[in-house]
Amino acid sequence: MSYSTKVIDHYENPRNVGSFEKSEHNVGTGMVGAPACGDVMKLQIKVNAAGVIEDARFKTYGCGSAIASSSLLTEWVKGKTLEEATAIKNTQIAEELALPPVKIHCSVLAEDAIKAAIADYQAKKTNQ
Amino acid sequence: MKLPIYLDYAATTPVDPRVAAKLMEHLTEEGVFGNPASRSHAFGWRAEEAVENARRQVADLVHCDPKEIVWTSGATESDNLAIKGVAHFYQEKGRHIVTCKTEHKAVLDACRHLENSGWEVTYLTPEPSGLIDLNKLEGALRKDTVLVSIMHVNNEIGVIQDIQTIGEMTRERGILFHVDAAQSPGKVPIDLGQLKVDLMSLSAHKTYGPKGIGALFVRRKPRVRIEAQMHGGGHERGMRSGTLPTHQIVGMGEAYRIAGEEMVPEVERIRGLRDRLLAGIQDLEQVYINGSLEQRVPHNLNVSFSFVEGESLMMSLKDLAISSGSACTSASLEPSYVLRALGRSDELAHSSLRISIGRFTTTEDIDHVVVKLREAVLRLRDLSPLWEMYQEGVDLSKVQWAGH
Repeated sequence: MSYSTKVIDHYENPRNVGSFEKSEHNVGTGMVGAPACGDVMKLQIKVNAAGVIEDARFKTYGCGSAIASSSLLTEWVKGKTLEEATAIKNTQIAEELALPPVKIHCSVLAEDAIKAAIADYQAKKTNQ
Repeated sequence: MKLPIYLDYAATTPVDPRVAAKLMEHLTEEGVFGNPASRSHAFGWRAEEAVENARRQVADLVHCDPKEIVWTSGATESDNLAIKGVAHFYQEKGRHIVTCKTEHKAVLDACRHLENSGWEVTYLTPEPSGLIDLNKLEGALRKDTVLVSIMHVNNEIGVIQDIQTIGEMTRERGILFHVDAAQSPGKVPIDLGQLKVDLMSLSAHKTYGPKGIGALFVRRKPRVRIEAQMHGGGHERGMRSGTLPTHQIVGMGEAYRIAGEEMVPEVERIRGLRDRLLAGIQDLEQVYINGSLEQRVPHNLNVSFSFVEGESLMMSLKDLAISSGSACTSASLEPSYVLRALGRSDELAHSSLRISIGRFTTTEDIDHVVVKLREAVLRLRDLSPLWEMYQEGVDLSKVQWAGH
């Protein structure tokens, strides 16, 4: 399998790797995928009072394309409002990283992850 | 040290320079280029002499009569000729075959083909060690069983099956026994004078010979009959027609001669390298060796690193020519069928590497592998949410995953 230079760059120098404390009130966590399928993504966002994503972190078990998709997404969501982040489509990720057809599901997983993180944050806020 | 480092000797080996030199002597006008089947001139006689000399060299390594060696294009053809050849010849006697789920695709697909034409095949599941429980094998034998086909050394996990005992079992019942031994020559001693094996598939290119040449041992005492699958000039006593490729045959003979002479010290040296590799990675947590470590050739190490996905691991190891799963299936993203037959979970099968060591591997190579492998596994675990959960004490088997 040959990877695009962008995938290799994200794979070799992943951005924003790590974790926030899940229980903090301003943190939203999204965990998607399954080990048996070969990929699991955890994406976290830290949101300020104005509803803007101040920071993001990820951890991914999966192939190079899955790691690159989540790494790229953490870069993209920083500084965006929750509405703007929700609007990110998997096709934009796939296009930016030049993913081959067999790897499109990695970008889908990344989109699912950010949506899950935002949903988690919003559920927390409603319960407060 | 030369990068990338070749550690895929179970897929194929480079031709030994001594073998390549012999090959070259049998190609050009100055050399022995004749057709061994030409009976009317010296060119043919010399080629025939070279072929018969090589036949003796192959027979010497496995301790059989040279007349029991039939040249083929490789182990895949030998497997097909043995299985289909026996099935067709003995179909009046019975139409049941016993084999194992971890056999090479050449054996499994030949059996599948026969199933489609009315034969019945029992596919044994090996134990988690990769070895066959002989009681289960015995239980699978029937009155109409004509053939048992079990490999000697497994290509993915390197485990050695007990062909000695299986041979006793089959001979006693008048069932023929075929052994795919493509991975064995030069790694494990083979004594067909003593083993009750009726047919054995051999290959040159796993033992520092050229690709495209192999052999099938067909026992003469007691006599084993097979129906030819390739028809033509009646070469190889009618069992396999086609002009003999003198240069490749001579190459296989020389490769087997060297294997016989150098096996003992070479296996010891490779065992040392394997132990060094194992010692270098064993302290990483959650490392699993796939297949028995005791009943195994030292050339093969098949290992899974939990919480690290195989494809990304391979991406980190681009300096190393290794394989994840079998070379035959690594083009697809399916986890290895051999590891699944051992009962390994999909996750562990996804995270497996096959490292195979050979004649030209050095200590320096192994030390480099250890450094690179440790680096990659630790880095990818830092990136892995599963590793994080494992360290927090989460039982991953109890998590409800959002599958996709």
